[in-house]
Amino acid sequence: MPAHSAPAPERPAPEEGRKNVSRRRFLGYLVAAPTLVVAAEMGRQTFFNGVPQANAAAIPSPPLPAELYDLLDVIRDSARPTANLIRIEVNRDGTVSFALPRSDNGQGIITSTQMIIAEEMNLDPDQVIVTLADARPELVFNQLTGGSTTTFSTYTPIRVAAALAQKRLLAAAANELRQDVNVLRSRQGLITGNNGESLPFGELTELASSSVDEAVDVVLKDREQFTVIGTPRTKSDALAMVTGKKKFLADLRIPDALPTVICRGPNLNSAPQGVNNIDEVRNMPGVTDVEQVPTGVAVRAKTFGQAVDAVNALDVDWDGGTAEGENDESVLAALRRGELPLAVPQVPGETVEGDFTFYFRSNSALETNCAIADVRDGSAEIWGPSKSPIAAQAEIAKKLGIPQNAVTVHVTEGGGSFGRRLFFDGLEEAAECSKAFGKPVKLIWTRADDSRQGRTHPMATTRVRAQVSGDAVSSFEIRHTSVATEINPGLSEAITAAATKAPGGNYTVSQSIYVTTQVNPYNVGAATSLLNEVDMRFNTCSMRNIYSPDTATARELMIDQVAAKMGKDPYEFRSEFTKLNRWKNVVDRAAEEADWGKSMPEGTAQGIAMHVEYKGVACAVVELDCRPETVNRKIRSARTGPRVTKVTYVVDGGLIINPRGFEAQMMGGINDGIAMTLTAGLHLVDGHFLEASWDNYFYTRQWNTPPEMNIVLIEDSEAPEPGGAGEFGVAATCGAIACAYARATGKVPTSFPILHNEPLPFEPYPTVPPVPPSPTNGLDFVR
Amino acid sequence: MPSHTFTVNGEKVTVDVEDDVRVLWVLRDLLGVTGPKYGCGINVCKACTSHINGKAFNPCSVPVGAISESDEITTIEGISDGEKLHPMQQAWIDNDVAQCGYCQPGQIMAAIDLVKRCSAEGRSIDDDALDEIRNICRCGTYNRIRKAIKAGADNM
Repeated sequence: MPAHSAPAPERPAPEEGRKNVSRRRFLGYLVAAPTLVVAAEMGRQTFFNGVPQANAAAIPSPPLPAELYDLLDVIRDSARPTANLIRIEVNRDGTVSFALPRSDNGQGIITSTQMIIAEEMNLDPDQVIVTLADARPELVFNQLTGGSTTTFSTYTPIRVAAALAQKRLLAAAANELRQDVNVLRSRQGLITGNNGESLPFGELTELASSSVDEAVDVVLKDREQFTVIGTPRTKSDALAMVTGKKKFLADLRIPDALPTVICRGPNLNSAPQGVNNIDEVRNMPGVTDVEQVPTGVAVRAKTFGQAVDAVNALDVDWDGGTAEGENDESVLAALRRGELPLAVPQVPGETVEGDFTFYFRSNSALETNCAIADVRDGSAEIWGPSKSPIAAQAEIAKKLGIPQNAVTVHVTEGGGSFGRRLFFDGLEEAAECSKAFGKPVKLIWTRADDSRQGRTHPMATTRVRAQVSGDAVSSFEIRHTSVATEINPGLSEAITAAATKAPGGNYTVSQSIYVTTQVNPYNVGAATSLLNEVDMRFNTCSMRNIYSPDTATARELMIDQVAAKMGKDPYEFRSEFTKLNRWKNVVDRAAEEADWGKSMPEGTAQGIAMHVEYKGVACAVVELDCRPETVNRKIRSARTGPRVTKVTYVVDGGLIINPRGFEAQMMGGINDGIAMTLTAGLHLVDGHFLEASWDNYFYTRQWNTPPEMNIVLIEDSEAPEPGGAGEFGVAATCGAIACAYARATGKVPTSFPILHNEPLPFEPYPTVPPVPPSPTNGLDFVR
Repeated sequence: MPSHTFTVNGEKVTVDVEDDVRVLWVLRDLLGVTGPKYGCGINVCKACTSHINGKAFNPCSVPVGAISESDEITTIEGISDGEKLHPMQQAWIDNDVAQCGYCQPGQIMAAIDLVKRCSAEGRSIDDDALDEIRNICRCGTYNRIRKAIKAGADNM
């Protein structure tokens, strides 16, 4: 996998905008404390300068709202008013510490934050201790982790605080050493004068401290002087992860917090109506407590396995849940009824149309939904991998009927999220269980619950109509109709607080997210993209983006058809019709890296797709093998199907803090795109999802992943600041696979995942009892 | 309550628990050995992969009653030699494989087993061999896992 970074073929000259950025003065704050404590505001002014260079245009499309003001701007701007709140402290042992008000579920933001601080303070990143902050209600909208926004929104505030700390330490050293500050050098926590005399940060922190709060002007380091930012760095917890020492929620030893499992009903969100054998189950081995709670019947036991056994032994009456009688077909029919009309009339011979269906997909991470709660004596202490801990704290307080400041929420590092942990239902349930038992609990969802009752990427349709007249495209309409995506309360407040700033304003929360994420990267005349949602009470959420993987799949498939109608090659069309030179450069680079147009055996093909979002641009070229011997290969308990054999992924992600981490996020996104496009769907049958584990729900496995992957990060991007990474690998990959499938098979796929409507390769597990029991034959597989 | 004695990471342990409790819960909930993770409980995701007498097994699917006193269980916590990492752990760090890290103890234990098995069978670690690995990584680190296994195998 020769993944590497390389400069773009045509490097734009450093433009004025970037220089202005680096010379701007920012305001930091000294905080009164015995040692040096500095702070900075999370919000700050945008500094996008100049008009991006336009690519040669056919019929230029006016920008969609997201090109002017996207979701990253929304999240950042919603955080602006909550000032003066992130703090960096210089410790007496010379280390520097910072509690990051975000959630790390593997995306590497702890490491990149260490790098940002180290850069401004001339430290080694190992000298910077970054932890995840507890819920801090005073941060209001500013403790959300979602939409790939973390680095974009924290980059400058953290730098401002770090630069101020460096400035104060230098001034203190100058005073102590009686030398001019300009002759001092700061390296790895040691400030050295020109006579070789030096002082460590640990000795300077008291001298540099302030007895009063004070606002101070600071100047940030020039990008040209960076030595840490932009250099590949391994994750700071790599050693802990490979030795089994990293502690996830379930690994924490909180006294008396015994494993707790909830027995859930047969249908989606079935509510319990009474338990018929509660005393019998209370007497089962290892069981300590059994109580009915709002979402089911909770069991607390000495071991997780005994709790599961007790859950399976419970005899509970249930209601029909929130999707009673519904199935894939009935949801599709409801979506059809909600579809908004396409506006441009059809013209025979000139209209190209497509209609695509995207089924539910599971947002289950490998670490299931989980939380520890200790609710006693009018207060609550909660531990969980939450991406919106402030909202969790408020909701839990409301549920328990206690003040918000009586609830402490500790943010633990999570075992994957992809959007799932924006919802804190696990934390709420743990609080309810602990309250019911009057004892601490360690609530862990079973895999079956996570898959069947957890959150899903919503089912949706995307309709596209384009008008082609001669050598130009005069209109390109997208209508996306989706089962409503639930937006977590914390996020929705942030969005509504800022959404009216988006051009057009006054959208619903979902529409705000839609219009601030959707960009049509091509000059295709009158381009529109509209969302309508149908609320059907499913548990939904973002899954490495909400809309883009689907809308990009539809858009890119139709672009291929538009190109074909004009007699153009898919790559040539994209290169010619994409709006900006920055975008065209990425498309051209991808084609070159992937050897676009090379000869391929029959039944295999390349596919190309691009996507613009997160202040960046990506282009994927995939090679897909759809030959029968590949599609029909047999692997136990698996979906095989077409195999993506190679992915070339070129991405201009703006200023990249840690190329190694950024590349890892692209890799993860590519593997998600493979699952979403080909194999991984949930089947809704009679009010419940069939899939109960990874042998039913076919997330990408080694036998699906491409043996060859070439991820190219554009260095020296003209973009002045970091964009988003977490979700950026998905959409272009989905589009490219769909296009490759059409080219390899001659059939344009219309429903996704492509294999969703093939016969089920598994026998569904029963819904009652709710948990497939652990096998006992594990030793038979030892070989 | 039945008593069970066996070896975990070189140490003799004795636990009092019902025979049918799976080894994963004995390790995690009773012995506090938390490297092996729960991901499905039905021998599918392989996040709990550990070794029994030097070979890969999934403790979620083995009742503790099936373990005898002579059995030696090794988890991710038991494969390094003091401070010196196992070559496969080192390869994982060198390739910055882990993202969230939840599945990676199981991935590393499965990788060591694969390399040993291929070596015993005279096979090389090629794409076909790598495709045999069943461990799920929901962060999608598969491609770095493939690279790391080849590197780790060279030093084993």
